[in-house]
Amino acid sequence: MIGLNHYLLLATILFGIGVYGVFSKRNAVAILMSIELMLNAVNINFVAINKFIQPSNTIGQLFAIFVIVVAAAEVSVGLALIISIYRHKKSVNLSDFNLMKF
Amino acid sequence: MSITINDGVFVIISGLTILSALGVVFSRNIIHSALFLVLAFLGVAGVFFELDAGFLGLVQILIYAGAISVLIIFAIMLVMNVEVEKTNLPNPSLKTHLWGVYLAALLTIALGASIWYSELPQVKGLAVSDAVGSLAELMLGNYVVAFEVAAVLLLLAVVGAIILARGVEEE
Repeated sequence: MIGLNHYLLLATILFGIGVYGVFSKRNAVAILMSIELMLNAVNINFVAINKFIQPSNTIGQLFAIFVIVVAAAEVSVGLALIISIYRHKKSVNLSDFNLMKF
Repeated sequence: MSITINDGVFVIISGLTILSALGVVFSRNIIHSALFLVLAFLGVAGVFFELDAGFLGLVQILIYAGAISVLIIFAIMLVMNVEVEKTNLPNPSLKTHLWGVYLAALLTIALGASIWYSELPQVKGLAVSDAVGSLAELMLGNYVVAFEVAAVLLLLAVVGAIILARGVEEE
């Protein structure tokens, strides 16, 4: 029987994969993709807890929608930053982005 | 303890989602990563349908699998200048990898064990019959300030993205 435990475990595993991706990748776009995975894991948590603990309202789903809004804003600004940096550096490799390091 | 068809559907969908997430992280071609990301988003949408959140599943398919993945693929096409097989190589430093494995394993095992061994609270009350109506009432009722802030945030993000991506014009 599938319960809340299994959904929370699925979200935890997705979050862990996202964390590993953020650390192990060099391409800035790949790191944005890993962050999207982590945000999706959080959304699964919101909806699962909404259904299994308090199904008499939909506040969990509402906050999942807010998370989706913030993720859309984040990914659009992040990709615009990557394109803007690429224009100067001709690279999307994060180890080349050391303008602010001294 | 009986196994229902819902459980089988959950196992299949979650396995698909986890495999595609692993594909996003481990493939060496960034186009493949982006396509695996679409699959992972669709899998998460399936999880939402499984959780009786049909509206949220549709929003997930429209915004994530539709809009955000197209945006990411466009950005990849704009910033690619080397051969495509080597676009998404892992970080060369072993230390970064070890830190990544360490932190990810720590998070997953600690959180997973604490979820597995804790007593979760029981269901309170009946499910709402009209989820979309209830969402609309919350959004324009108690949470109207958050709704307006989200609208302003989206507007600012669009304007900021246009300004950043347009760049400075040469004199």
